[in-house]
Amino acid sequence: MDALLAQVFTGVSAGAVLLLIALGLTLTFGQMGVINMAHGEFIMAGAYTAYVVSTIVASTELSLLIALPAGFVVGGLLGLALEASVLRWMYARPLDTLLVTYGVGLLLQQVARDIFGAPAKEVPAPGWLDGSIPILGYDFPLTRLFIIVLAGLCVAALLAVLRFTALGRQIRATVGNRDLAETIGISTRRTDRATFFIGSGLAGVAGVALTLLGSTGPNLGTSYIVQAFLVVVVGGIGHLKGTIVAALGIGLLQAFLAHALTGSVAQVIVFLAIVAFLQLRPQGILSVRTRSLA
Amino acid sequence: MRTKFSSRILAASSVLALGLTATACGGAKTGDTATSESCVDTSGDTIKIGFLNSLSGTMAISETTVFKSLSMAAEEINADGGVLGKKLEIVSEDGQSEPTVFAEKATKLIQDDCVAAVFGGWTSSSRKAMLPVFEGNDAPLFYPVQYEGLESSHNIFYTGATTNQQIIPALDFLKQEKKIESIFLVGSDYVFPRTANKIIKQYAAANGIEVLGEEYQPLGSTDFGTVVDKVKAAGADAVFNTLNGDSNVAFFKEYKGKGLTASAMPVLSVSIAEEEVPGVGVGNLEGQYTAWNYYQTIDSPANQKFVTDFKAANGAKAVTSDPMEAAYTSLHLWKGMVEKADSFAVEDVIDASDGVTYDAPEGTVEVDGENHHIAKTALIGQVNSAGLIDTVWSSDKPIEPDPYLKSYDWWKN
Amino acid sequence: MSMKTLRIKHSSPYVGWLLLAVALLVLAPAVLSDFRLGLLAKYCCYAIAAVGIGLAWGRGGMLVLGQGLYFGIGAYAMAMHLKLADAGPGGVPDFMALYGDATVPGWWEPLRNGGLAVVVILVLPALVAGLLGLAVFKRRIKGAYFAILSQALAAAFAILLVGQVKTTGGANGLNNFQGFFGYALFDPANKRMLYFLAAGILLVSILAMAWLYRTRFGELLVAVRDGEERVRFLGTDPANVKLAAYVIAAVLASIGGALFVPIAGIVSPDDVGVVASIGLLAGVALGGRASLLGPAVGALLIGYAETSLSEAFPGSWSYFQGALFVLVILLLPGGLAQLLGLIGRANAHRGSSVSDHIPRGVPRGKQSETEIARSASEEAAAR
Repeated sequence: MDALLAQVFTGVSAGAVLLLIALGLTLTFGQMGVINMAHGEFIMAGAYTAYVVSTIVASTELSLLIALPAGFVVGGLLGLALEASVLRWMYARPLDTLLVTYGVGLLLQQVARDIFGAPAKEVPAPGWLDGSIPILGYDFPLTRLFIIVLAGLCVAALLAVLRFTALGRQIRATVGNRDLAETIGISTRRTDRATFFIGSGLAGVAGVALTLLGSTGPNLGTSYIVQAFLVVVVGGIGHLKGTIVAALGIGLLQAFLAHALTGSVAQVIVFLAIVAFLQLRPQGILSVRTRSLA
Repeated sequence: MRTKFSSRILAASSVLALGLTATACGGAKTGDTATSESCVDTSGDTIKIGFLNSLSGTMAISETTVFKSLSMAAEEINADGGVLGKKLEIVSEDGQSEPTVFAEKATKLIQDDCVAAVFGGWTSSSRKAMLPVFEGNDAPLFYPVQYEGLESSHNIFYTGATTNQQIIPALDFLKQEKKIESIFLVGSDYVFPRTANKIIKQYAAANGIEVLGEEYQPLGSTDFGTVVDKVKAAGADAVFNTLNGDSNVAFFKEYKGKGLTASAMPVLSVSIAEEEVPGVGVGNLEGQYTAWNYYQTIDSPANQKFVTDFKAANGAKAVTSDPMEAAYTSLHLWKGMVEKADSFAVEDVIDASDGVTYDAPEGTVEVDGENHHIAKTALIGQVNSAGLIDTVWSSDKPIEPDPYLKSYDWWKN
Repeated sequence: MSMKTLRIKHSSPYVGWLLLAVALLVLAPAVLSDFRLGLLAKYCCYAIAAVGIGLAWGRGGMLVLGQGLYFGIGAYAMAMHLKLADAGPGGVPDFMALYGDATVPGWWEPLRNGGLAVVVILVLPALVAGLLGLAVFKRRIKGAYFAILSQALAAAFAILLVGQVKTTGGANGLNNFQGFFGYALFDPANKRMLYFLAAGILLVSILAMAWLYRTRFGELLVAVRDGEERVRFLGTDPANVKLAAYVIAAVLASIGGALFVPIAGIVSPDDVGVVASIGLLAGVALGGRASLLGPAVGALLIGYAETSLSEAFPGSWSYFQGALFVLVILLLPGGLAQLLGLIGRANAHRGSSVSDHIPRGVPRGKQSETEIARSASEEAAAR
């Protein structure tokens, strides 16, 4: 029972990490069809933001809380810059965005290496996240709990924006049918930019959160990007609820497999399971039936 | 019409290609022996040597520091008049953290640049990739990192520790000083941890230590939730850690997060040196053990000079570590060999290698001419609150290298 | 279009091929040192895989992000055969004695036989690609889904290889090969033989593409790329067309991988993973994905650029590679072939500029890769 509980907790917290890194992607991928391989480097930028903030703000208790919004803004601005300089020319060629953004990712990695140096940086965790709390006899690390809460907050905030704000309505209209949205007077260009800002900003937030778990180095993004895309694909492109289910499902599957087998084998099986799953549901867990042929 | 035209071209070209292939044949068959001519140019007043480190990719984190200490050693030697009156001319190549690139660049340094010796490599895979290149071209490689042993090449000098100078003393320490009765093994999924753990398991079996678990995570993995759960559930007396690079950060953060401490369940790591400590976080590592042959805190004139010079060249915050020291030492050892041989010719240098000594920052080291390793003192260290590592246990005298563990009767490969 | 351009358009692929053949088979061996020729041989292996990518991606519109999988199947099959051949009849490869229990696993045994190894190199990737393609294309998985799936497979393959230290050498990969079908690999004469083999196979595979592009299959493939549904309505199952192209691309990648092993002297998981797979695409994008010679020439150029730039500026290759992806895909989606086409057109007084080729504000729903393939389509039209 204890072991089972431990795996469920580990799986849920791994799922929360996946959700955080995939949340922004669902938005940009779903609405704009842009396959942003530089998303991983936006995550990295968020992590370095946390590092920079921690060197400026003396109090480790506060620096994380300041870094979260700062990471959002840094990620968002990077996203805007990418959109304005490169992606706006490429909406007619969605597959090509993958390669362009991969190139951008390589550039950002090297820039980070030149600015911060190759060795990993330490971002001290605040004291109030030290240690663990017992839940049903299992010592749950506070950092992991924090990430689960943060992922939940991000989802809630995103849902609120989409549902209750004018921008949200415009985004949903654009996702639903771009041409129609334009006909009723929505500036899809502006909507695209806003979406990209939010989506990339969420990557920045994820980066800040990841400093609690792993290292802050130039390669931070590359280790997450393939998994993030798999989550989005499994969830059904553009479906927020699908993404949540997919992230938790993959996290749990990975935790249970890693417990029964080795980490490497678990990763391979998860990948193959996803390929097989897409045979059953090519459009992901949640898909809207459309009459569209393309 | 179309098909006819193109099929004719196709047929013609196939014949052309195969014909060319056939005429080019006629080289040596397998089983013939290789003869290679060295193209090293010793006529000028400089001599070329090659540095081959990963300056990009995942290993750049560690290998750039080795590159810096090699460069410092070269500058020192040049300022001191060079080797046999010739100034060193450095050709530097980037291994890009990929074995295939290491093999290619090593070939380039030997065949194209005609360097007298190459210094570098870090991962086991980079060394294994370069080994046939150096043997095939009969050129010397100086490899500065502790490794999994069970190897001894005519063309490679190993200035880092082999297993009986690092892993076995570490186990001796855990057994004698920490009185452990059980151990848990955590490693990255590649050759060094798997080979190291093979040795550890046989040592444990012979010494009455119970191995309570053995876990491998993919290289670069940062998901240690499950692994640390298993470690905690097993409740061993100590953890032996052969994780590489970034994985250490995630592992120790998870370890501390789940309430495990250095006093209750110490972790002994063999791949965390001074330069990795800040990345993992001093708070996450303080009190944990490491096994190396050199620490920045060593109190000797040679080390004080090494540390001072390195800080002068790379900033006050720069730290020195075991692989950096071994790389620095390797260049000086090569100088010693060349001067003893009074020649830059590869075979002369290798012949002269036995017994060459150098007063290194870690203490005086001596080259074993038979297996091309060097005698080193094993040091167990403990991470202190300043992020440096203090020696808490030592083998007192240099341990003769024994890469194949011939002197250990419990070892069966 | 005037008669003059028409003739040039018609013959230029073959003129280009001949130029490439002369450069590879005559010029390069005459001027390059053994070491540099060996590097060129390595680029040729990448170029063979690139030719296949040109077919699947350029002509078929399938973004094959995981060709490292097939490159790796060919490379590992060849490497395993060479290790077994070195070990001699009944022998055990050196690394197995070191990391494992010194027994050869059953699934290695068939590769002892050189003939069987060649069969595996040609048939196994076709089988894997066939099965995968059947499942994927019949379910109409395409576009980004397909790209990410193929990438995940390459990633899984690399992780699997790393994890199996005892049987695949793990992260070290396989290396230290003494011979290649009886020829000693240390001998420069045999290295040259390998170069000619790689260059010859590259040239032949380009010719095969030239033929393939003009068949009904070749035209259907382009039609599927530009309007899959239209092809379906015309009574042809696009899945079959895509499947065939994907299988051919897989086999070419496998051949490239198999030749890579004796030439580079090593194969490791780094050569087959996600980064390596995207690296294979770089040359194709640079040369011109839909053109005949573009993928091969692009791959050769990228290989050369990577070597010389990393030698001149160690550690800075990522900058160049990143910039290259951005600039080429953004400004020159048709690659160098498009540039040549632009020059040709300017000469023919057709007043053209780069901006013609960057689709701006193309309405959604009418997206196609037609723009990119314009030069290729015109080639076909000219016939």
